[in-house]
Amino acid sequence: MAGSTLTSQRAPDRWSSWQALDSGRLLLMSMAAMLVVAAFATTTIEVGNIHMRPALAFGGFIAFGELLRLALPGGREAAPIAMVGGLSYALLLTLPGRGGVPTAQDQSALLVIAVAAVGMAVGALPHVAAGRDAGLTGMCTRLIAIACVAFAFRPAVTNFLMPGHVSSLFKSGYVALGLITPLVLLGWLVDTVISALIRADDVRARFSVAIADEVRVQWPLGAAVGASVLITVLGAEIMGLYELAIFLGPLLVTQVAFRRYAGIRATYLQTVRSLARVTEVAGYVEGGHSNRVSWLAVAVGRELGMPEKELLKVEYAALMHDIGQLSLRDPIPGGATVQVSPADQARIAELGADVIADAGVLDDVAELVRCQSWPAIGHDPAPPLGSMIIRVANAFDDMVGASTDRERSQAALQCMRANPIEYNTRVVGALSEVAGRRLAWRL
Amino acid sequence: MVSRAARLYITVVVLVAVALVDRTLMHTNTPPLFWGDLVILQLLFLVCDSTPAPLVSRQTKWSPSSAATLAAVVLLGPFAAALVGAVSVVSIKRQLVLPERLFNGAMNALSGLVAGETYAALHGHVGLPGRGDFPAIILPFAAAAAAHVLANQALIWGVYQLSGGRQMLRREALESSLPLLLVSDLGYAALGLMIASLWSVIDAFAAVLVLIPLFVARWAMGQFAEQQRAYSATMKALCQAVETKDYYTRGHGDRVSLGAVMIARQIGMGADRTEAIKFAGMLHDVGKLGVPTKVLQKTGKLTEDEFAAIQLHPMRGLEIVREIGFLNEALAGIMHHHEWIDGTGYPMGFAGREIPEFARIIAVADAFDSMTSTRSYRAAKSISDAVEELRKGMNTQFDPQIVRAFIGALERQGWPLPDRAPEPADLATVTVQDHDDPTAPLRVVET
Repeated sequence: MAGSTLTSQRAPDRWSSWQALDSGRLLLMSMAAMLVVAAFATTTIEVGNIHMRPALAFGGFIAFGELLRLALPGGREAAPIAMVGGLSYALLLTLPGRGGVPTAQDQSALLVIAVAAVGMAVGALPHVAAGRDAGLTGMCTRLIAIACVAFAFRPAVTNFLMPGHVSSLFKSGYVALGLITPLVLLGWLVDTVISALIRADDVRARFSVAIADEVRVQWPLGAAVGASVLITVLGAEIMGLYELAIFLGPLLVTQVAFRRYAGIRATYLQTVRSLARVTEVAGYVEGGHSNRVSWLAVAVGRELGMPEKELLKVEYAALMHDIGQLSLRDPIPGGATVQVSPADQARIAELGADVIADAGVLDDVAELVRCQSWPAIGHDPAPPLGSMIIRVANAFDDMVGASTDRERSQAALQCMRANPIEYNTRVVGALSEVAGRRLAWRL
Repeated sequence: MVSRAARLYITVVVLVAVALVDRTLMHTNTPPLFWGDLVILQLLFLVCDSTPAPLVSRQTKWSPSSAATLAAVVLLGPFAAALVGAVSVVSIKRQLVLPERLFNGAMNALSGLVAGETYAALHGHVGLPGRGDFPAIILPFAAAAAAHVLANQALIWGVYQLSGGRQMLRREALESSLPLLLVSDLGYAALGLMIASLWSVIDAFAAVLVLIPLFVARWAMGQFAEQQRAYSATMKALCQAVETKDYYTRGHGDRVSLGAVMIARQIGMGADRTEAIKFAGMLHDVGKLGVPTKVLQKTGKLTEDEFAAIQLHPMRGLEIVREIGFLNEALAGIMHHHEWIDGTGYPMGFAGREIPEFARIIAVADAFDSMTSTRSYRAAKSISDAVEELRKGMNTQFDPQIVRAFIGALERQGWPLPDRAPEPADLATVTVQDHDDPTAPLRVVET
């Protein structure tokens, strides 16, 4: 959630999309591209040996899944149904409709990659046609995860477990289950690690923080995808390709549940963001103030290594930090709380916190708003980090505003550095990093 | 509590269920391993049934337990399906009273039986499915799933028809979310066939494997409901913060929202639109914040400019909420809630059907709440007086259809009158003229 603020505000649109690619993304895409080229080169040579019906069925399934992508918290995008299709195709025990020919002998990993790549490309076309993002990064990540699983599966079956006796292995479903489960985990792990790497690069978070956030957001969907892959692979032994049509029902309903969840979360943030602007419309604060403060606060929090869950609270608190002013009879001139007396600041913070606490579901956020007027040193109890961040971001924006003047922002930072009692030194340090970057983008 | 008619209905359903299951038992030869598998499916049913997910609102809950019943239909036949459904008598939902438990058990047993008999009638193969059974098995299974859903809904519909009070609210909530409920039911019914097929490969572990995605889906639904609740609460708190600017209009947004929802339900609006109008009602006056306080508090006649500032508040409101991912209808409702049906309102001067439905609804609820609340220049009107004023405004200010719907809803549900306003506190301020009040139009200096 917090990430969506960043991506919406930072993208420098003067750059061509090629230049905007960072090295991590570029590496990912070239890896995927190499895989795809190799896959097509090999499979075209052996085109006569391909079993078309499973390839078409799973390819179509993947395309459909790619069409129905899912927005996850934090501006992430997933294609769970495509992932289920791709991983299942990579892990098929026997080819459906072929009287139990084991896939490990008869279907190369490169074919799996070729089918997945075509499926994804077809599924992405409608997105491109509708003018949405093609989602190349996500597709490359998924493709590499599927490729890892497909490559690991074949030696695991033919060499490691039972050399020469592939077909007897699957007499017992439990043995197959024991073999597939770690491979599904491997696929999930590859997907998560790559996503975390890309994300850490995108939002300038630490990798350790990014991976923890990624796991937290992805595990419920990951568990559902993993179990669905096991079900699909084992079910195909009995149901053949009909299974794909039957399983689509429950998968779609699950996806709808996730979509509704992601939708309401997004609406929630939009609402807070919009309603936080009432202070601006009412003339209490300068236009854009709440949005700028929340942007700065989230960037500073991330610089300091806060996890996404905390960042979301900081974002809400920063958006609503001035809401207490609504209870004032007359607007403060210019709306800058930095210039009013500490007692008034505390009263505004207190009133705002009461408003937020009324909701009954945002108590942590209310606490952050309540403590925003406390000095960094000498207050007992000490203010939480989030509050100190909001205080610093608010003061910075009150002094600098929407201006991009380097001198002015340096002066403001200098002023805060000179006052370590009021403004936490670590937070101000992080802010000067963030402010430096912000200026660089706007140059 | 349960009404007498409902009690009779429940007794009949339970007796029919017992009789039918007993009759089926007479004609069934239980296959080997029958009881062990049955118990596992019953456990699966119980786990699903005891952890239902809220769907749309807290009143309608939904659980994917039908998958267990339908797996029993394929694996063990109609009798077993009935026994699987019957375990909902001992469901671990605490708030259930005995008649409800008995009814649930009987209902699920009967639907299991109906599904099983449908499956058998279409020559579906009972037992572990093998490779050869596909695709022939799909059609009888689909028919069984449809029969299960139909039987279930029909029996529930009966109980809601016969009982009043608390059940009425649940019935309304259920009806508004029926499409979603049916789609979810049919979607997850397919899992029954998956469980049965997996049973051939990994026996009872199939039940465990299927539980994982089910629980994740349940988690997502629970999260949705939680977020939705948090969302409503936050919105309410923020609206209250906006209203602190004006003492007498406190709670106005909340009550307009309630009135709009009452009308929406009365005219049979769907769940999503009802949810949207709830928020539109709450936020309809948020643009008043953009009107200078001195204009809102002015005692004398307004100048043209000041009147224009007030007329602009719906646009200001739109400006604030435009970026919220609402239905566009909600935005239109906020923007046009001061249009008159005869075309003399503001800001656009729309007339008749040009005015969006949401705006016509909010206009009625808005005026009604204004009239039944105390203002500094007059006492609150009684409900009957306010209704009379609404009738007078039909065809000039209000859409007659909406007014009639509102009066109907009022007769059914009543109206929560605002608390008598005590003396305004320090920080609060008072509106001297109310722009919402149809009985006391704003006075503007004639030029």
